[in-house]
Amino acid sequence: MNGVHDMGGMHGLGPVEAEKDEPVFHEEWERRVLAMTLATGFLGRWNIDMSRSMREQMPAAEYLATTYYEHWLWALERLLDANGLVRPDETEGRMRAPRPGQVPASPPAGVAPLLAAEVEAKLHRARGARVDVEVAPRFRIGDRVRARNDHPTGHTRLPRYARGREGTIDRDHGVWVFPDTHAAGQGTRPQHVYSVRFAARELWGAEAAARDAVYVDLWDDYMDPA
Amino acid sequence: MSSHFSDVELRVKALESLLVDKGLVDPAALDTLIDLYENEIGPRNGARVVARAWTDADFRRRLLEDGTSASAEMGFLGRQTDKLVVVENTPGVHNLVVCTLCSCYPWAILGLPPVWYKSAPYRSRAVIDPRGVLRELGTELPDDIEIRVWDSTAEVRYMVLPERPPGTDGWSEEQLGAIVTRDSMIGAGLVGVPAGAAP
Repeated sequence: MNGVHDMGGMHGLGPVEAEKDEPVFHEEWERRVLAMTLATGFLGRWNIDMSRSMREQMPAAEYLATTYYEHWLWALERLLDANGLVRPDETEGRMRAPRPGQVPASPPAGVAPLLAAEVEAKLHRARGARVDVEVAPRFRIGDRVRARNDHPTGHTRLPRYARGREGTIDRDHGVWVFPDTHAAGQGTRPQHVYSVRFAARELWGAEAAARDAVYVDLWDDYMDPA
Repeated sequence: MSSHFSDVELRVKALESLLVDKGLVDPAALDTLIDLYENEIGPRNGARVVARAWTDADFRRRLLEDGTSASAEMGFLGRQTDKLVVVENTPGVHNLVVCTLCSCYPWAILGLPPVWYKSAPYRSRAVIDPRGVLRELGTELPDDIEIRVWDSTAEVRYMVLPERPPGTDGWSEEQLGAIVTRDSMIGAGLVGVPAGAAP
C-alpha cells in the first residue's frame, strides 16, 4: 500500500538526531513489547510479512507521531485479535482492573507458547524467508530491468521511489518467499530476489551526485526487462 | 485516575498479563529474549568480525564473498538471519545501510538498532540525500567518493566493512575491535583512532 511507512525520498521529516551513549531500551515497556512480539511470533499464527503488513495499517498521522515499539504494540494487539487470541476489550478491561480475571490457564488447542529453555534453539532454527527450492531466475547479473509501476493496496516491498525506474541486477540472493502473497495468506510464491543498482540520478534527477547509487532488494515479480 | 503509569505502560502490562494468563506467553521466555538482545547480542559481535577481516586476508575474502558463513565461523548469526551481505568501504566507495520501509537491521551481528536508524528522518532521506544524512551524523565525505546506499527491502541483511584507519599497523585483533564503532558498520560513520587509543 502507498502508506506513510514507504518514506524513502520524502522531505520534511526533520534532521537525523543521534543520541550519545544511547541505551538499548529507553523504557521497561519497550523491552516487554519486543519480547512479546518475538515470543508470540513463535505461536505460528502469523508470519513476518503479516506483522509488517499490520504495522503498515496504522493510520498515517498516528504512525508518524509514535515510536517504533508503539508501532509494534499496535500491530501485536491487532494480530492477536485477528487470530482470536486476545480481544481489545480484554486488554481495555485489564487496564482498568489490572488483576487476573477468569481466563483459561491453558492455550487454545494447537497453540504452544515459546518456553524460556527453547529460546536459543528456536531463534537459531528460525528461517525467515529463504526457501530451498529450485526456481529459475528471470534475470541474470548485469541485466537491465525496470521496476514495475504497480500500486497494490496490500503489502509490498517494492518502494515507491523505485517504481518505474531502470536499474541493473547486481547480485542474485537466491530464492525467497514473496511478501505480497505471504502477507495476505496466499502462499509463499517462491522466487529469486536480487540486489538491483539504481543510479542516484535515475531516481532523484540531475541534482543527484553522478556516481552515487541506491541498491534495492527486489523480487522477480517486481520487475520487467528494461 | 491518578496513576504514574502512562497509557502505553498500562496497555503493555495489561497485554502481558493476559498473554501469560491465557498460556500464550511464558514470562521467563520474555526475560530470556530481553537479556539476549540487551546484553548478549550487540555491535561488539560485528566489531570482532571487522577486526578479523582487517587482520586476516583470507577471512576478509570469505566475508565479502559469503558474509553468512564467515560470520557463522565466529559463532555469530543463525538467529533469524537467512543471509548477511558485507559490503566493503574503499578509498573510492562508501556504503550506507538503511531500511526505508520499516527498520530492518542485522540484529544478529549488531544487536538492536539505535533510535535514529528507525526514525522517519533517516528512513526518508538516507536514499535521496545520503551526504546530508551523513553530515548530520557527523561525517563529511568528499564529493568524488561514490556512495552506495543499501535499502534492506528483503530479508537479506547488510553490514558495512569499514576502512581500517591509518596508524594502526601492528595492532592486535582485540585492539582493533575496540575502536570499531556501531555506526561505522552501518556506514553512518568512519573508524578513527581515538586519542590515547594507541597500544
